[in-house]
Amino acid sequence: MTLNTSTKGAAVDIRGVSKFYGSFTALDDISLRVEPGEFMSFLGPSGSGKTTTLNLIAGFTDLSAGEIRLGEQSIGHVPAHKRNIGVVFQHYALFPHMSVAQNVAYPLKQRGIAKADRTRAVDQALQKVQLDKFAHRYPSELSGGQQQRVALARAMVFTPSLLLMDEPLGALDKKLREVLQLEIRRIHRELGSTFVYVTHDQEEALVLSDRIAVFNKGRIEQVGSGHQLYTRPETLFVGQFIGESSVLRGAHSAGGAETALTIAGATLVAPGQARADAPHVILLRPESVMVQASGTGPKDGMTNILGGTVREMLYLGAAMKYEVTLADGNHVIARTPTQDEPFAIGSAVELAWNPKDGTLLADDGSTAGHEG
Amino acid sequence: MSSKPAPRASRGPLYLTLPALAVLVLVMAVPLGVIVLRSFMEPEPGFANYVWFFQTKVNITVLLRTFSIASWVTVCCVLAAYPYAFAMSVAGPRLRLALIMCVLVPFWVSGVVRTLAWVILLQDSGVINRVLLSMGFEKVRLIRTQLGVTIGMTQVLLPFMIMPLYAVMRGIDLRLLQAAQSLGAHPIKTFFQIYLPLSLPGVFAGATIVFILALGFYITPLLLGGPQSTMLSTLIQQQVLSLLNWGRGGAMGVVLLIVTFGVLGAASPFMRRKYQLSGGSR
Repeated sequence: MTLNTSTKGAAVDIRGVSKFYGSFTALDDISLRVEPGEFMSFLGPSGSGKTTTLNLIAGFTDLSAGEIRLGEQSIGHVPAHKRNIGVVFQHYALFPHMSVAQNVAYPLKQRGIAKADRTRAVDQALQKVQLDKFAHRYPSELSGGQQQRVALARAMVFTPSLLLMDEPLGALDKKLREVLQLEIRRIHRELGSTFVYVTHDQEEALVLSDRIAVFNKGRIEQVGSGHQLYTRPETLFVGQFIGESSVLRGAHSAGGAETALTIAGATLVAPGQARADAPHVILLRPESVMVQASGTGPKDGMTNILGGTVREMLYLGAAMKYEVTLADGNHVIARTPTQDEPFAIGSAVELAWNPKDGTLLADDGSTAGHEG
Repeated sequence: MSSKPAPRASRGPLYLTLPALAVLVLVMAVPLGVIVLRSFMEPEPGFANYVWFFQTKVNITVLLRTFSIASWVTVCCVLAAYPYAFAMSVAGPRLRLALIMCVLVPFWVSGVVRTLAWVILLQDSGVINRVLLSMGFEKVRLIRTQLGVTIGMTQVLLPFMIMPLYAVMRGIDLRLLQAAQSLGAHPIKTFFQIYLPLSLPGVFAGATIVFILALGFYITPLLLGGPQSTMLSTLIQQQVLSLLNWGRGGAMGVVLLIVTFGVLGAASPFMRRKYQLSGGSR
């Protein structure tokens, strides 16, 4: 058994899976398929069910209902130590009484691999994470980032067809996180295994993943590529969790292909049809919104116009960020290319955007902001 | 997350140890020096007391018996304390408090009273034998035997085993066992390969304390034991208080002390850890 680049990842099929703790529903009938070799992130706030799902796949928790398949095999009743799934934990979980090399050799030892093959595989795995010079150190002698690299080497040394990672970079500082993100991407490419990565950091999910499953309150809100989730969120929760956004709430009239909402005295149009019985919102990305002088009016297809007052203006180098207060007291964030004569704080401006850039979504009551 | 041990503090606070040091010198070092001195000086200067000790068969028998009883007590304490300390380390706060109280309450009862309680339980017409008789078994000689002494000493010394074990076990991250399972280890293997090695420093610490305390035990062997279970401390007491032979008593004490240091020295390599228990962030 050696590391090679031809290892094939296995598909993960989650079918109608639920998990109850007494009367508490941690997971409510979720279904999801992770394709072979795919890098899939589970993204969501804490308590959304993403780690529960990971623990169910790893076998640390028992299913309450449903089925999980790894490749062709149903693994719901296979004990954790027979699943052959690599797991990387946020808390590293290195064995403190074993050296780095012994830690990485541990899974090979459990599988009865001969010593010579073991040594070779451990060397290769440590080279992959650039820690071959640390083989004889003990975990307590390593930094957090180095410890997590060892954990990564240990989880992949037995070439599992599936690798699970539970917020592996959560305990590291931002700079180190970015370095390790790139390494994880490279290792994913080289191994070809299927990766499932749990995180509450939407930027991390966007950087790493082929697809992202957004979890909320024990359910999956939407599955898609980062681009799909950003540009075509299906729920207000997803729209607000991924990227920056402004939410405009107002009464709407049921229409045809377009829906008009009355917000802060203006009538604004968004594509799509709203159900008459449910409140709806328009979700706006900062870069779709233009800030212009009051009275400029519609131009270049930007026919949605909304008046307001500049509350905050930030200079970001290539771009400027405005926070504009509307007549109804709500705020809209706009990001524009740097202007030579920016609007001063307190000045009256107009916000303008193309109706097709706004996303009409049912108001599910979720509020802005994800954990930092 | 820092992996380096905290830097040593400066020498400034050393004077804070002065009161305790003064007491130790006064009540420990001075009498000890006097005893060592008298063992060489009485009745006349020379090694006569030590020659006598090693040439008298009873002394050697009792010395070996003292070791044997202390070893058995240590083994019994490890076996009884290990599961107990584990339960304490994984219990919820309420159960943990109850378990700690169960360990500590006997501590607050005088050793003599506890030992007398054992006399009542163990004597020939005692509770244990009456229960055995009523169940149709034969009487077992417990009091005035090594078995009785071992039982009594195990009970008295158990807390000294449980506490250091508990302190170490509480620091063991149980999630390591989950990690080991994900790497392919059967749950039983995870105990022997991960948990047991990580708990060994606690076992060695507790075993050393129990063994050394057991070597010098006096009251329990005196009350629960008979002539066939005399321990060295009883012989020392006889020499010093009954025969007023301070030289021989001192020599016996010095032998016990040197043996104890030997045990400490032999155990110390096992107590040193080249790793920290917590591997990373918590």
